[in-house]
Amino acid sequence: MSIVFERPHALIDKPLHYCPGCTHGIIHRLVAEVMDELGIEGNTVGIASVGCTYNSYEYFNCDMIQAAHGRAPAVATGVKRSLPGKNVFTYQGDGDLAAIGTAEIVHAATRGEKITTIFVNNAIYGMTSGQMAPTTLIGQVATTAPFGRKPELHGYPIRVSEMLSTLEGAVYVERVAVNNVANIKKAKAAIKKAFQVQLAGLGFSLVEVLSTCPTNWGLNPPKALEWLEENMIPHYPLGNFKDVQLPEQK
Amino acid sequence: MGEKILMKGNEVIAEAALRAGCRHYFGYPITPQTEVAHYMARKMEQIGGTFVQAESEVAAINMVYGAASAGVRAMTSSSSPGISLKQEGISYAAGAELPMVIVDIVRCGPGLGGILPAQCDYFQMVKGGGHGDYHLVVLAPQSVQEMYELVVDAFNIADKYRNPVVVMGDGYMGQMMEAVEFRDEEKIERYEKPWAACGSDMKRDHNVITSIYIEADVLEAHVNKLYAKYKAIEEAETRVEVYNCEDADVIVTAYGTCARVVRNVIKDAAKMGIKVGLIRPITLWPFPSEAFRQYANVPKGFLCVEMSKGQMIEDVRLALNGQNTVSFYGRTGGNVPAQKDILEEVLKIARG
Amino acid sequence: MAKVTFREERCKGCKLCINACPKKIVIIKEDVLNAKGYHPAGVSDPEKCIGCAFCATVCPDCVITVER
Repeated sequence: MSIVFERPHALIDKPLHYCPGCTHGIIHRLVAEVMDELGIEGNTVGIASVGCTYNSYEYFNCDMIQAAHGRAPAVATGVKRSLPGKNVFTYQGDGDLAAIGTAEIVHAATRGEKITTIFVNNAIYGMTSGQMAPTTLIGQVATTAPFGRKPELHGYPIRVSEMLSTLEGAVYVERVAVNNVANIKKAKAAIKKAFQVQLAGLGFSLVEVLSTCPTNWGLNPPKALEWLEENMIPHYPLGNFKDVQLPEQK
Repeated sequence: MGEKILMKGNEVIAEAALRAGCRHYFGYPITPQTEVAHYMARKMEQIGGTFVQAESEVAAINMVYGAASAGVRAMTSSSSPGISLKQEGISYAAGAELPMVIVDIVRCGPGLGGILPAQCDYFQMVKGGGHGDYHLVVLAPQSVQEMYELVVDAFNIADKYRNPVVVMGDGYMGQMMEAVEFRDEEKIERYEKPWAACGSDMKRDHNVITSIYIEADVLEAHVNKLYAKYKAIEEAETRVEVYNCEDADVIVTAYGTCARVVRNVIKDAAKMGIKVGLIRPITLWPFPSEAFRQYANVPKGFLCVEMSKGQMIEDVRLALNGQNTVSFYGRTGGNVPAQKDILEEVLKIARG
Repeated sequence: MAKVTFREERCKGCKLCINACPKKIVIIKEDVLNAKGYHPAGVSDPEKCIGCAFCATVCPDCVITVER
């Protein structure tokens, strides 16, 4: 018998601090599997953002840089412009990317920085215990929208993938989810393509990954996956919003 | 030394950085320093370096953070309001021990203030405008020539100590043209950067650039390590010009543009039989306290002259620790202390 | 034949693997408590395992290794 599934090398063998059932763990593994499969761990630099995954630099085996809240795309720009031959990715949550870091992600995308962004959307601030995020849904309860999000008070949730897909510099933008096996496989394919887009130097690539937050959604992990399917996917439709042809593999 | 060229201060900053081997500039337009960006935009494209006009100063300093993390020489330049925006990034860079050069061409404040020259960023730069215990090396040129020399030195000091270094001029130095003589051979000090996040090539454990340490003892040990570094910098890198202070009656202290005006006041006072000395800090941090202590008993005391309401004066008083009086004369809003007005203050003190 | 191994000390008892298993053989071992205080997951009838790795795919903590 041979091993058909194991921890990827690019994911350091240590316990993850994430809550039970938090799907950040799955997304970390997918990114690491893609690094292994493309054989790029040795020439990749990852940028950790601020939120639950502030210390993702402890989990990815490639060189890592911890960025200030919202600034990962700018840090990534600095790295990629300095080391054009290396692969650079940011791993960011919805507060980091779509609240404080909106300018940074929009301009990194519109500049066509040849970086890859893994944007994890769980519609809440996890690390700081459940505040409303830019992607919190209408009616969704959060510690700063205690009676549910109301447009007249809290405005509307942002559809990041659609927004960024209008920018020419963003050549590959896909939204995926990790709430079941089939979606996880599609998510991995999208993450792989995003890295391949970068390898081919085609421009900016982003994968938005719908993810769960059992603790702050107040649901047990399996229920959280259902909630994601029934509530998030209708508002954040899965699929490709910007595609690009990869050069023929010789 | 090469031949003398008449050149604008802001352009000399950029040229000096290029000569120091900097190939990565990230900036944002703000008067009165934008010519640094113009020069960099042109030159970097010609030599295949990096010029990025960021979406904000916040983004720019974080791009420098990324480039420095990757192990290359990188810089940004801005002016007072833009520097305020960069303070968070600067604190992160100090915490992550990242070498970089930050040029501040000071303009008058607070708020939008004005676009004229001033020295009212002293607190922001020297006392640390960002959060946490940290220091930046702050170099204060007084001429376009010295600006060139200090920008080159700034990159060496930054790499030597893995620390951000600031070159703080003012709108005059940025905008005016003066003769500058470039060295034929630039003294670039190379330092190994095994810590850089530039790709492990699978030959080493991964490198991590971070400024967060969750456990108290670990963070405290880290900050103590920073402070041991700052002590070493104080001992090795403090720079000051002491001029005409032997048995002076009064000692004036000033830096940058103000120090140049004081030089003429010294001549005027001499004709009136009053010997005036000048202590000109060149490093604002580490502050040259020793120089002040050495002349602490100057008979008529000290006069501190700044283009602000008095910021460096606090460090002068701290250095003297009450051993002598320190008067203040300053102009702000973009005004410069005039020679005759400084002379008047000196006479008041000398005859007081 | 296929074989799954659970690193019980890493499991957080989140139960995502239970629903994912097409053979419905993944269970929570109520009689076991790992150092973190979770009841780890495990397999009730190992011989029914087809090595599809669905359980491992949905596991957020790389608890499960699959051989086939």
